[in-house]
Amino acid sequence: MSAGVHIVGIGIHPFGRTPGLSGLEQGVHAVRAALADAGVNWGDIQFAYGGSDAAGNPDSMVSHLGLTGVQFINVRNGCATGGSALFSAQMAIRSGEFELGLALGFDKHPRGAFDAKPAEYNLPEWYGAAGYMVTTQFFAAKIMRYMHLHGISRRTLGLVAQKAFANGVHAPHAWRREPVALDTILDAPMVSDPFTKFMFCSPGEGAVALVLASERMARRLGATPIRLAAATMRTRPPGSFEVFAPSIDSGGGTATATRLASAAAFEAAGIGPADIAVAQLQDTEAGAEIMHMAENGFCADGEQEAWLAQGRTQIGGALPVNTDGGCLACGEPIGASGLRQVYENVVQLRGAGGGRQVPGNPRTAYSHVYGAPGVSAVTILQK
Amino acid sequence: MAQAAALFMPDAPLRLMAGRARAERPDAGRIVFPHPGTSDFDTVALGTQGTLWSYTIQRFPPKAPPYAGPAAFKPWALGYVDLPGEVIVQARLVGMAFDAIRIGMPLQLTRVALDDSADDPLWLPAFAPAEALVAERAA
Repeated sequence: MSAGVHIVGIGIHPFGRTPGLSGLEQGVHAVRAALADAGVNWGDIQFAYGGSDAAGNPDSMVSHLGLTGVQFINVRNGCATGGSALFSAQMAIRSGEFELGLALGFDKHPRGAFDAKPAEYNLPEWYGAAGYMVTTQFFAAKIMRYMHLHGISRRTLGLVAQKAFANGVHAPHAWRREPVALDTILDAPMVSDPFTKFMFCSPGEGAVALVLASERMARRLGATPIRLAAATMRTRPPGSFEVFAPSIDSGGGTATATRLASAAAFEAAGIGPADIAVAQLQDTEAGAEIMHMAENGFCADGEQEAWLAQGRTQIGGALPVNTDGGCLACGEPIGASGLRQVYENVVQLRGAGGGRQVPGNPRTAYSHVYGAPGVSAVTILQK
Repeated sequence: MAQAAALFMPDAPLRLMAGRARAERPDAGRIVFPHPGTSDFDTVALGTQGTLWSYTIQRFPPKAPPYAGPAAFKPWALGYVDLPGEVIVQARLVGMAFDAIRIGMPLQLTRVALDDSADDPLWLPAFAPAEALVAERAA
């Protein structure tokens, strides 16, 4: 890539439940924190891309932050909303149009599962009547197939969840901050086989903002250089298996937007999976993290069984994954979730992770989002 | 509840009604279930035998509406069944204990009422172990 783009400021509103504060107000909180972190003022911001799936129009936050006339573009792109905002923001700088701007995302979902209606997914009404508009069915069927093909045990799913809650203890922005024992996870009530209730994340609330700067602007601000080496977003290829699927193409089920977004990101950054020191991978449920380890190129299908048993994805392991507890510990406010991963990676590259800091001065960090309706977004950071 | 869209071929014997993308579409020949209901898909009656591709058990009552199953909820098994050379279809799994379900097991098409106490129930595609249906017919 040509002109460099740097992340010079980060801000977050803690994930979870915040009664009395709208999603947008949590977004404003995150923006103010990011501006302070970067040492700039709202009036210095030349543009913003803001994402929210279900909590209103992000650009209306100018009434809180100040009517500076700033260019502010709203982004709504399913589970890749935050990633799409970040992709767009970095393009605005890379193109030479602007030198300082924001990518931000927030959301506030009601309790319980996402409330999806058949018509919104181009599905007939009988599909909802039958009880199939239930996202957990999809995740369960997808990992059940994967476990069968590649020898992944239920215990390994439990180890993923155990690690998430253990890491969340040390992340001030996480929602679940208590460790959960492996037996408790495995023996909890089954939601959708093979997953117990501890193996799913919940829709939640939260907000993240990132201040992006050109190379020149970053130098002027004297920021610790954290370079956005790649930001990609892709949609699903033929033969993929997505949520709410009454049928799957014969021979299909393994193709995914993730592989496309990941390959494009590694190509843009000019590095490979072995060069990554820390990764945040979409963990809507424990099985997703397992599949995404392979889909993003970090291991072969089936190797996850040994990786988890050996603790290779724990904080001190060869490739720490979801160092803040991921979606399992933080919940999933759609518009903010992908940007939380980038926030966490900046924290790690700055060496500011405290009890969850990856040892050995990590220099490269990877983030990956995947979700409905078959979208994926990836970033690679370097310092 | 009356059936809103055709899932099954109109005439006996029981067959699922799918669509095959016509030549003018970029995905010509691709089979999708259910039939999308548009004229760029030909109607195709799917085969009745396949193997289990994947599955899960729905352990909690789905949110109602849209769910229209019986008020007294009992967990049910949901599978994806690979109809060789055609398509992998989502369907209920019936006639087997949950702990007897195995990916790869041979299955035979049948149907199940969403609510068997209803006067005009919604019939859902379902698959049962091939041998169970054979035994039922012999009895």
